[in-house]
Amino acid sequence: MKRRSTLNAFYFLLKRDLILNFRRRAEIANPLLFFVIVITLFPLGVGAKPQLLQSMAPGVIWVAALLAAMLSLDRIFRSDFEDGSLEQLLLSAHPVSVLVLAKVAAHWLVTGLPLLVVAPLLAVLLGLPVDAMGVLVVTLLLGTPVLSLVGAIGVALTVGLRRGGIILSLLVLPLYIPVLIFASNAVDMAAGGLPVTAQLSMLAAFLALALALAPWPAAAALRISLS
Amino acid sequence: MFMRFFHRMASPPYFYVISGRWLPWLAVICLALILAGLYGGLVEAPADYQQGDSFRIIYIHVPSAWMSLFIYVVMAVAGGIGLIWHIKLAEMVAVSSAPIGASFTFLALVTGSLWGKPMWGTWWVWDGRLTSELILLFLYLGVIALYGAIDDKRRAGRAAAILALVGVVNIPIIHYSVEWWNTLHQGPTVTKFDKPSIHISMLIPLLLMAGGFKLFYLIAVLMRLRSEILERERNSKWVTALVGSEDRRQKTEDRVQESDVDPRRVGP
Repeated sequence: MKRRSTLNAFYFLLKRDLILNFRRRAEIANPLLFFVIVITLFPLGVGAKPQLLQSMAPGVIWVAALLAAMLSLDRIFRSDFEDGSLEQLLLSAHPVSVLVLAKVAAHWLVTGLPLLVVAPLLAVLLGLPVDAMGVLVVTLLLGTPVLSLVGAIGVALTVGLRRGGIILSLLVLPLYIPVLIFASNAVDMAAGGLPVTAQLSMLAAFLALALALAPWPAAAALRISLS
Repeated sequence: MFMRFFHRMASPPYFYVISGRWLPWLAVICLALILAGLYGGLVEAPADYQQGDSFRIIYIHVPSAWMSLFIYVVMAVAGGIGLIWHIKLAEMVAVSSAPIGASFTFLALVTGSLWGKPMWGTWWVWDGRLTSELILLFLYLGVIALYGAIDDKRRAGRAAAILALVGVVNIPIIHYSVEWWNTLHQGPTVTKFDKPSIHISMLIPLLLMAGGFKLFYLIAVLMRLRSEILERERNSKWVTALVGSEDRRQKTEDRVQESDVDPRRVGP
């Protein structure tokens, strides 16, 4: 009975967050636009030599994805913190870590998933070989949830601060480095026609680890931020 | 016996008095160790057969690098203890360690870079070790920034402790990911000079320096803790009594000291 009601709470919170997000569609588009613009800057900045762009493409796409994910992180808890519903969530009988997980899931569906759709398009612009396209999408599929999960800890720690944005980036970006390394390396290897099972397994391991561990510190951090 | 000792140490007034008694002794031992280590390292130890005298930077570089990791672990463990058992002093240990750890990390990076220039011919390579040390510095700076950003110091300490704990999970991951990244990449082969099994006359000063650095950390963290305690407990009776008695002992009529410890931002 209890377990079922916690599952229900997870489901309702997810649904609520998705509805809230879809009512403000413009905000969904913003991180995506940012992602596209950052990637456009690179050919303009370093010169449009196809060889150069192609070798840079995995790293550029992933760094842009990292920054886009980071900029949209604030939304996980910020508006709920401001209108007080976050406190109501903490007061509820359900484990806060489960509720955090629901909010993170909603955040990823709204900000992470669209990146997957746009990324192949941008990869074409940067001249990434078609063979690497599938791997790019898989790395984004495995990697962006980790970004949302780890980022949730950072947001939970800084949600009470007035100017938390810049601090959030200081806290979160170093923690993103492993994902960046393995994901861009996998795409790089795939572009060279090499096997990438090892990198993808590592990314999957990160996802499992973050999924299992990240909600707890995030929940504890929320309690501290709201105490 | 031990538990009683720890329980008493966790009380800030008791800790303040005891640590004040320890400090001079620790300082003497620390100075002796570092002086002995420096003498042994810079004068006694023979020059390296490959690197000549420039290897002597090892006596600063290696102990700093050890300390940078050691302090991070101390910080995370103290933060964990503070979070779990709600021990104020442990949280203070965690946040007071962060700037010291960051300084040692910075020192390790700078000395490594100075050493790298004559040995590898470059100030910096994106080698696994260097990169993970740099990221360690970022993690320290994140903890410091978070602690500085939150006004309520009690809350700030707990938030910083959570961040330190998350970072400690990440450190092995970063370390291995960066190492694998480089081995996978087969980039410019880093000329890792083969470490000749270090001679005993070179090893002893190194260990002395490592001991000296550990004690230095202990001293620095104690001093930071003492001032942190005074600042946080400035409204408690024992601090007023302590400051009052020191005022009387000095027999100076200037009330500067009082206003130092009891600044205008006294909480409600």
